[in-house]
Amino acid sequence: MKRKNKSTGALSQLLIPLVALGILIVFNLIRDISFFSIGMRVNNAGNIVLTGNLISIIDSASELAIISMGMTLVTAACGGQDISVGAVGAISGAVFVKIIQAMGGITPASVIAGFVVCCLATILFKLFNGTLVAVFRIQPMIATLILYSCGRSIAYWINGDATPQLNSPIINSIGMTIPGIPVPTPIFAVILVGLLLALLFRFTSLRIYTQAVGINEGAARLNGINPTRIKLISFILLGVCVSVAALIGVCRLGQLNHKTLLVDIEMDAILAVAIGGNNLGGGRFNLTGSILGAYIIQMLTTTLYAMNVAPVNVKAFKAIAIIIIVVAGSPVVKSRLANLFNRLRSGSAGGSPKKEGVN
Amino acid sequence: MAEKNNHNRLHVREPLSDTQMLMYISIGIFAAMYIAAMLTLKGGFLKPQMIFDLINDNAALIIISCALTIVMIGGGINISVGGVIGLTVMSCALFLNSNADGNSAVSILLTLLLALGIGLAFGVLQGFLVSHLEIQPFIVTLAGMFLARGLTTILSVNPVKVTHEGFLALVKAKLKISWLGYTAQNGNLIPAKIEIGAIVAVCVVILMYLILRYTRLGRSIYAVGGNRQSALMLGINVKSTVFWSYVISGLLSGLAGFVFLMHKPAGNASVAMRSEMDAIASSIIGGTLLTGGVGNVIGTFFGSMILATIQKIIALSPLNASWWQEMANGAMLSFFILLQSLVLMRKNRSRRKKKESAAPAKDRPKDG
Repeated sequence: MKRKNKSTGALSQLLIPLVALGILIVFNLIRDISFFSIGMRVNNAGNIVLTGNLISIIDSASELAIISMGMTLVTAACGGQDISVGAVGAISGAVFVKIIQAMGGITPASVIAGFVVCCLATILFKLFNGTLVAVFRIQPMIATLILYSCGRSIAYWINGDATPQLNSPIINSIGMTIPGIPVPTPIFAVILVGLLLALLFRFTSLRIYTQAVGINEGAARLNGINPTRIKLISFILLGVCVSVAALIGVCRLGQLNHKTLLVDIEMDAILAVAIGGNNLGGGRFNLTGSILGAYIIQMLTTTLYAMNVAPVNVKAFKAIAIIIIVVAGSPVVKSRLANLFNRLRSGSAGGSPKKEGVN
Repeated sequence: MAEKNNHNRLHVREPLSDTQMLMYISIGIFAAMYIAAMLTLKGGFLKPQMIFDLINDNAALIIISCALTIVMIGGGINISVGGVIGLTVMSCALFLNSNADGNSAVSILLTLLLALGIGLAFGVLQGFLVSHLEIQPFIVTLAGMFLARGLTTILSVNPVKVTHEGFLALVKAKLKISWLGYTAQNGNLIPAKIEIGAIVAVCVVILMYLILRYTRLGRSIYAVGGNRQSALMLGINVKSTVFWSYVISGLLSGLAGFVFLMHKPAGNASVAMRSEMDAIASSIIGGTLLTGGVGNVIGTFFGSMILATIQKIIALSPLNASWWQEMANGAMLSFFILLQSLVLMRKNRSRRKKKESAAPAKDRPKDG
């Protein structure tokens, strides 16, 4: 039975998000086919850019998609979620802007230096979380509650109450589009981060180690894996993801507001991980699922906007859609459906995959 | 000291001793903080009214913290409590205003039922999804939070002020204790005032303590949170226990909404925003573990009081800025979290020692 699960595991994990995405697309096709139209437009800076709902969905889900990837790793290794990503993202943005200001203007050098420093600072904060989780064995959600509650205050402390503006073609080309390329830059950032992680998994044993630690820490340790190190690595990778997302967030708006930068993204990121079919209790994970989850959330939001739902009311409809998706993906419903499917297929009631333990 | 006392008692109580120690630590810290505030800030902290004010202002927080403690002891989490407060406050305010000229006692009673009904509906829905469909509690209650917040803004985006006179009289009604009062500068005696909400909150804490400690459901919640599999083998109905823990939690959130409205009679889309995290922090400071099976509502009560005292101290001190408060909360949380982890590590170590002395060193426990 285990073998069978393994071969069909990845597909069945992606089944729910793919079906959800499919339903959303079909729904939009029926509702208004012009939802999918893609056009070309000259933007304020005089560049030709692609426009349309699809582009805007893929573009504005970039931060969420990037953070979801990091969140998936932390979830898989630690069996819990980091709820401080939004607040640490605000710190990250504050550091980035502070460095640029300290270097006296927006130049390619100062942007690169700013990003490197903010990346290091974010990793430092994530290591604080990671140490609490990996060394002191505190539940991830509790450990990250600390920075969740005071992270934005630290961002305020770094940068003061001001909302500094960053107006420069360099910032625009990071946050919006590079002149001459009609595709928004954040999309490339998602592809880049995804590729780097894929390469990391391809050439190291990180993926299997992370899953081993998430499934059974004690067994992983007895097999020579250092769970503490694996957990810390997952937090470091999340830190990198958060700093990239913060960079995009700051550059997209061309300003820093520590109160609104990446606000509430932690909840959406956890949601994306769950919609992607990953177990929030740790263990096996699938990055593709989480990325799909991020795009589903953004597509849902954009669809609701397109249906003239007021932005403040979107949450209620989103909640209903989420409940439907998670109910469809719940182990009980899944096994019932699988039972039914098996029975229809083989005509016999036997061979039903038994539910595996309680969560 | 707690361990010594328990040593002679029944062994059933032994697992609770660690949480009791955490609870005593948090009570001690609350007392130390309060005395320090009395010595340095003086002013309001020297009057007994301050303690009542702490409870008056945070009655809703205390109630939702209890709601969270129960779910957390059962090994779950409920982050929809703040959203349910927001929804309850908004719908009760609208309901009261639409019934302004009716019989005021009846309409207040109906409002209370409405509040409890909303809480119950959320509790039942979330409980069913978590216990019977085995969906992760975080996601279910996150969706619950989104739903509650979204429904609140659908009801009204603008703030709604309660104009119902009977209810406003209830808001003003306060229990006055003159011998705990103080003499104002003009020579008048100002009695200590306790709001109805504060009394409700204290009653909820006591009731929940009794339920958790002495009823079958309460003991089952501890058992399920401690170890689901063994609870199942002991013949406890795990699903219904988890379900009822969410129902109680939902009911309490609805009640907290009503209490909130009695403290501030106005509905607003941002009411009790992020209060779920304060409630989680209160529970943790009071010695509840997110892993389940360990916790106590008395500790939770003092956890909320610690958060409230920090808030008060910062409001009265020269550091009056919201970001100082957040930093202080963060520092306090880190301290308690580290303390908890040290206590747990010690417990694990002593347990391992016991096991090792009982059995040969060959089969070491896996956690280490």
